Formats: sequence, structure tokens, C-alpha cells
Amino acid sequence: MERPPSPEPSGPRAGLVLRSVTVRFGGLLALDEVSLHVAPGAVVGVIGPNGAGKTTVFNVICGFVRPAAGWLGLDGAPLTARPHQLAGLGIARTLQGVGLFEGLTVLENVMAGATVSARTPFAAAALALPGSEREERRLRAEALARLDELGVAAHADRMPGTLPYPVRKRVALARALAANPRLLLLDEPAGGLGPEDVAELADLIRGLTCSVMLVEHHMDLVMAVCDELVVLDFGRVIATGTPDAVRDDPVVAEAYLGAEVTA
Amino acid sequence: MARVGLRHLTVTIAGASALVGLTYLLDPFRNYQLATAAAYLCATAGLTLLIGLNGQVSLGHGALMATGAYTVALLPSGMLLLSVAAAVLVATLAGAVVGVAAARLRGPYLAGVTLAVTMVVPAVTTMADAVFHGDQGLSVAAPPAPLWVAPERWQAWQAIAAAAVTLFVLANLLRSRFGREWRAVRDDEVAAQLAGIPVARTQVLAFVVSAACAGLGGAMFAVLAQSVSPSTFSLTLSLYLLLAVVVGGLGSLAGAAWGALLLVLLPDAIHSVTDGLPLGPDLAQRLTGNLPLAVFGLTLVLVVLAVPGGLQGLLVRAVRRLR
Repeated sequence: MERPPSPEPSGPRAGLVLRSVTVRFGGLLALDEVSLHVAPGAVVGVIGPNGAGKTTVFNVICGFVRPAAGWLGLDGAPLTARPHQLAGLGIARTLQGVGLFEGLTVLENVMAGATVSARTPFAAAALALPGSEREERRLRAEALARLDELGVAAHADRMPGTLPYPVRKRVALARALAANPRLLLLDEPAGGLGPEDVAELADLIRGLTCSVMLVEHHMDLVMAVCDELVVLDFGRVIATGTPDAVRDDPVVAEAYLGAEVTA
Repeated sequence: MARVGLRHLTVTIAGASALVGLTYLLDPFRNYQLATAAAYLCATAGLTLLIGLNGQVSLGHGALMATGAYTVALLPSGMLLLSVAAAVLVATLAGAVVGVAAARLRGPYLAGVTLAVTMVVPAVTTMADAVFHGDQGLSVAAPPAPLWVAPERWQAWQAIAAAAVTLFVLANLLRSRFGREWRAVRDDEVAAQLAGIPVARTQVLAFVVSAACAGLGGAMFAVLAQSVSPSTFSLTLSLYLLLAVVVGGLGSLAGAAWGALLLVLLPDAIHSVTDGLPLGPDLAQRLTGNLPLAVFGLTLVLVVLAVPGGLQGLLVRAVRRLR
């Protein structure tokens, strides 16, 4: 469904903005007038029970799902990009699980993540002109640097399938960061990780300079890294605020945290 | 040209020179076979890129070869290089049309559409009888060989040159960002999109490159056979190409070379076997056309089950064991 790009109701606002975004799958209301804001540099967590619509929020931002109503914007401009255009706008996303290219080496995976900055024209590549190779060398060096930052450069030439799960998660993160995003969407980054890996992940996320939006079940991670939380239940935002405020919110406790809070 | 390109160029020139040298050792018939294998190689190299590295199946590459062959046949024969270039261009355009449709389709649906493309060739040549002369086909008057070289040798050189250009360009592309993007799209379309790779455009590009290679192979077919007819580009040819790239080793240019060689040598070998058997002329006649396909089909099943890496995979493993 095509919506005319309307100006944002209350003037432009930096960062990512969702205003009353509604998504329907047939008769199911997946998102019901969801509004949220990810300010530049902020870390925003989206939490909620299974099926609350967390991943749908990501999918509507990424253009995999079209909203039935509402407005999405990035730095004041309407966000209606198709998925492959996101990286060019400065939005990168990791997938639930790992979603690496299994037939590419670790290094190639990260290089593929920097496709937006790869400018070699077809003819130059076909004839292996010097410019083409210079660019490949640059991409390779940058990818190696990314892997090094995440402490997995030693695995650069391995195939992802041969690596332990936590390493693969890091490679996937390196691939997302390879595009130099302004906004990083992390879909369950702690899924399948042990406590030590989660602690390292928390340090890593806090060290990022870009804005981060993360969907996560792992409450320790969410509480440790997020500046702000958005709590979804049945496709609706039932609470927003700092982690402490949200934890003490009785509505949230009832819908989601339950025993964890009272214990 | 830089390091990788220089290496590809050196290997290509060395390989082509070795083959040109080989043409002096072979009799005219074997030279003709070598030329045919080189022409096949143009097409199989392009097809292995499409199937093995981009994950798109095509049963229509025989038809794309036909567009190249007919272009050469229909153009004035004076400037062979120009008409071959035109053949590649026409096949590229045909590939773009099929490729745009292909990018929207997956798996069996894609196989179905490309199969339909193959079935269109005899229909078109019959319908536009005045241009294509139906089943009879067209004759190709390629410029004669220079006086100082035997005609079969000259043909082999031409085909070797075409294969060398194809392999050089494809090897470069596979080492570049394009090769990486093709493989990324093959492995995971969603992750590829999120990495900023336009999936459909990438698939169309792979199809177009592959079609251009098929067009060049078809053009060389026309030059070698000095004629073009729809029966050359039947469904059997498309199946042969598919079998060749799988048996040779999917996704590998060396595998495409093994496959091309097999396409020439296997029917020949089967011929000599059936010639030795006490068969009636009727049965022998029927076996001639069908036995190679049957043997190839059987080989395909065995390869897929036993050695998924194909001949090239076997070879790589053997070399590793020797070290």
C-alpha cells in the first residue's frame, strides 16, 4: 500500500521516529499505533512478551512490511526505503540467529556488509583494472579492522559454519558495523550466548557511537545498556521510559516482567 | 592492470598458448573436437556462475546460445569479430529479458520459465520461416582460414580465443565485489538486502553475464559448424549444459572446463563402444542419439549422490591428499 509521504506532524526531530505506526497481517493487528523515538547516540530497547510485535517493529523500519497507517522518519525525512536501500541511509540490522552467508568466508561476509561503499564499476571489475583491486584491498583492510575490533580477526579466512556460535554472532555484528551505520538494529543479540559473552556484548554495545535499537529477551543486557525502554504488548506500546522507571511500572510488571520484579 | 588481473591474464595466455600448441599435435578431427569443447566452455563457464555462484537454475541456456548463433548467421560474414560481438550483445539483451523474469522466480518456477524459453526456439524459427528458414536453418559463411594454417586448426584457435576471453573476464568478476554479491544473494537474500545488496538487480546481472557467455558459445558453434539450425539448440543441449556444470563441479570455472570436455568426449566414447557391439543398424541408430543423454543423466545422479563437488571437487581432494 502506498502512502503519500506526509510531513511529520510536530516538526522534524533527529534520529528515528515512529508515529502511530499500525501494521496488519490480514485480520491480525500486529502493531497498533506504535510511536517511539531513537535519538542520535541513544540505546533504546524494545521488550515485551513473545508475539508482542517486537520483530515487526524492525521489519516495518526495514521496509519488509508496509505500515497500514502512521509515519516513519529518519532525521526528519520520511523513511520509506526498500530493504536494500537502508544501508545507504545509515541503518544496519542484525538478524535473529546469525544469518551469515555460509558460502563466504568470515572476511568476505564483513566485506559484503560494506557493499554501500563499494563503487567499482562493472567494466573495471571485469577487466581487473587497478582501481577495482585498490578498492578490494581497501574493503579487505576495513573488514579486517572491524573483525579485529570485535576480537575475531583470527577467524577471517574460516567459513562461518565451522565456528562456534558466539563467534558467529560477533561476525554478524561486524558485518552490520561494516556499513558504518548511524543506527544499528540488533535483533536478539544475546540469544544463545552464555553469561560471559553477554557481559562482553554489553560492553561492546555501550562502546558504540551510533544509535542502537535492540529487541531482546535477555533482561540483564537490556537493563545494563539501554537509555530508554519501549514495552510492547499485543502490538501496543504499554510503557516507555528509563529502565528503572519501566521496571517499577506496575502495568509492565503485570504484562511482562511479573515474578521477576516481585522476586 | 593490477596484481590479480595480471595473474589471471598470465594464466589465461599460458593456457591458451598451450592449447594452440596442442592443435599442432592433433589431427583435424581432434582439432574440431577441441574447438567444440572450447565453444561449450564459453557457455558452461557462464552457466556455472549462474547456478553455482548465484543460485539461479536455467534450462534455457541452449536457447541463449541459439540467439548468438543465429545472430552470426544473419549478419554479413565479412567481419567475423563484429558479428560475434553483435551475437554477444543480442544474447545479453535476451538474457536481460529472461533475467528480469527470473529474478522474480525461485526454484522449480524458475526452471519452468527457462525451460519454456528453450521450447520457444524451434517455434520461432518455424514461425518466422522467411528469416530463419525453419528446421533447415541457415548456413554461415565464416571468413576462410589464412593460407598458412589448416582450417580445423584455425577454427580451434578462434574457439580457444573466445573461451580465453570468457574465462579471463569471469575469473576477474568472481574475484571482485560482483562475485561476492552474487554468492551473498545465493546464500541469504534477506541478509543480502540488509547488507545493502539489491537482490533483484544482482540476480539480473548474473543472468545477463551468463547469457552473454552463452551467446559467445553459440556464436562459436555457428562459426564451427558453418551452419545453424534449431535442432542444435534443442532442450537436449540445455540439459547437456546443466549436466556438464554439475558433473564438472558446480561454481568452479575449472569444473566448467571439465564439463565442456566431457560434453565432447563422452558421446564420442559411447559411439566407439556401441560401434564395437553387435547391434542391428536400427537399434544402433536409436542408441546414437539417446545413449549419451542416458549415460549423462546417470552420471549426474551418481555425482550428486557421491561427489557433490563434481570432477573438480574430486581433483582438489586428490591433490590435497597427495601433499
